[in-house]
Amino acid sequence: MSSNDDVRSLVSPVFFRRHRGLYFTALTVLIVLFSLIFLFPLYWMITGALKDNQEIFSPQPTIIPQSFHPETYLTAWKNLRIGHYFLNTLYYSVGVWFFQVLIDVTAAYALSRLRPVLGKLVLAGMLATLMLPMTALLVPAYLTVTDVPILGWNLINTPWALWLPGAANAFNIYVLKRFFDQIPQDILDAAAMDGAGKFRMLWSVVLPLSRPVLAVISILSIIGAWKDYLWPLLVLQDPEVQNLSVALTRLAATSGVVPFTQLLAGLVIASIPMILVFLVFQRSILRGLSAGSMKG
Amino acid sequence: MGKSLATRVRDNLTAYGFMAAGIAVFALFSWYPLVRGVILSFQQVNFVTDPEWVGLANFKAIFDDPLFWTAWKNTLVFTGIALLLGYVVPFALAVLINEVRHAKGFFRVAVYLPVMLPPIVVVLLWKYFYDPGNGLFNAILKGVHLPTLQWHQSSSTAMLSLVLVSTWANMGGALIMYLAALQNIPGELYEAAEMEGASIWQRLRHVTIPQMRFILLVLLLLQIVATMQVFIEPFQLTGVTNTDTITVMVLIYRYAFAVNYDFGMAAAMSVLLFIVLGVFSALYLRLTRDEA
Repeated sequence: MSSNDDVRSLVSPVFFRRHRGLYFTALTVLIVLFSLIFLFPLYWMITGALKDNQEIFSPQPTIIPQSFHPETYLTAWKNLRIGHYFLNTLYYSVGVWFFQVLIDVTAAYALSRLRPVLGKLVLAGMLATLMLPMTALLVPAYLTVTDVPILGWNLINTPWALWLPGAANAFNIYVLKRFFDQIPQDILDAAAMDGAGKFRMLWSVVLPLSRPVLAVISILSIIGAWKDYLWPLLVLQDPEVQNLSVALTRLAATSGVVPFTQLLAGLVIASIPMILVFLVFQRSILRGLSAGSMKG
Repeated sequence: MGKSLATRVRDNLTAYGFMAAGIAVFALFSWYPLVRGVILSFQQVNFVTDPEWVGLANFKAIFDDPLFWTAWKNTLVFTGIALLLGYVVPFALAVLINEVRHAKGFFRVAVYLPVMLPPIVVVLLWKYFYDPGNGLFNAILKGVHLPTLQWHQSSSTAMLSLVLVSTWANMGGALIMYLAALQNIPGELYEAAEMEGASIWQRLRHVTIPQMRFILLVLLLLQIVATMQVFIEPFQLTGVTNTDTITVMVLIYRYAFAVNYDFGMAAAMSVLLFIVLGVFSALYLRLTRDEA
């Protein structure tokens, strides 16, 4: 906790010094309010999974679980096959990340530093898709992955249905190109003098300089892939290959068959990687968001 | 220092080699679907015979469908309530938190945690909270001796229930952006205003809000575009058959994948949504590009 009384905002520092009691009361109220609104639902989900069936369906909810069944998490992992879907989701997310970085970095590098004929047109075509709400492309995009033009592939129920469309990410191209544009030409010229080819230049000069922007893109791509629902719902129809989000809704729809506490455990398990990513990369995630608002 | 033709050709080939995969994925999964979507809206497809050109028949079919008007009305109602709640509340909370001198990190983390959860987790969790029989919300209402509600299961409260979930899950992003913008307001402005005898309320109206005009406008546009595409909440909480809450996206899904299995109608609906959202997206891009 840091206290910096010299920051000037709406309320004057003098007011704060005169009314310390009022300030600390308001602070406490705010902390309690935020905990109740934003953290208590998470607490309810995590402890709900620990309760037994009788307690969870009791009309008198218990804030502290009266029954304690941590093994529900294990049962959900095995019997509901949450573990299987967890690994599916992990596999898909890592793949989305890999192809986004591979394809978007090489394309942005070429557009930024190699500047080929018609490069501007290609860039404009890619950035124009930033304006497209992807949901409006849902139907034709679905038809496309059932029968990819020229190649004739049917990607339904394969990871490629997530990986390849995921790599067409205009936001990544935009951010990466802007970053690559700012790398001083001298550094690249020096590398060229040493006989570095275009690929060596990307690998040993541009990429090491681009760590911060690569980190942002990687975090966003993993988060996006892990949370995705509508697109996987359409292209992963076989229950065996579904990701956690799709599998969870399928399990939830068969209520009565699936024990509710196990379903809650499934929700918790699906959330844990995202909460961990947030706690570890909190600074980059929140700073990235704040930077978005600084344009003004 | 002119390069020889051979060198230039080779450089261009190298460059296109680097971009080949990028161009391929954009061509196959963005550009082609966009064109195909427009063509599809004028076609009748059954996947057995060749697609048939039907002119404006798909558009006529959706205009004749009473659900079309219901879906647009519901989407506008959702967007309206979502703006009332999701636009005003995070701004007010950000202004409050910006005055706090302690535990700032706690507020940021708490408000952003729901944004990190997979949307499906949020929706399934709230479905359990809303449960009229043994849900948390009715238990709380009973606890304070208020009448219980049917939440998403009653047509009078369904829409509000959907907006509540969506606002809870999404307001963190807006709040963090407001906070950053608030911290950028020069302190001298407040001091000067105070010197002239402006009250806290007047300072908020004449210093804070004008200084935040840009970010307020940007987030307004972003929020309109995002909320008009609302899908998961109505899809999971109330379903594709519930006409009280069917939205444009849910209707597109219903046309294509759930009830009609008519891709032409779904494509026609998508084209209309696309045009409406395109206006807001274009405004947003112009605004941010001019200012950047």
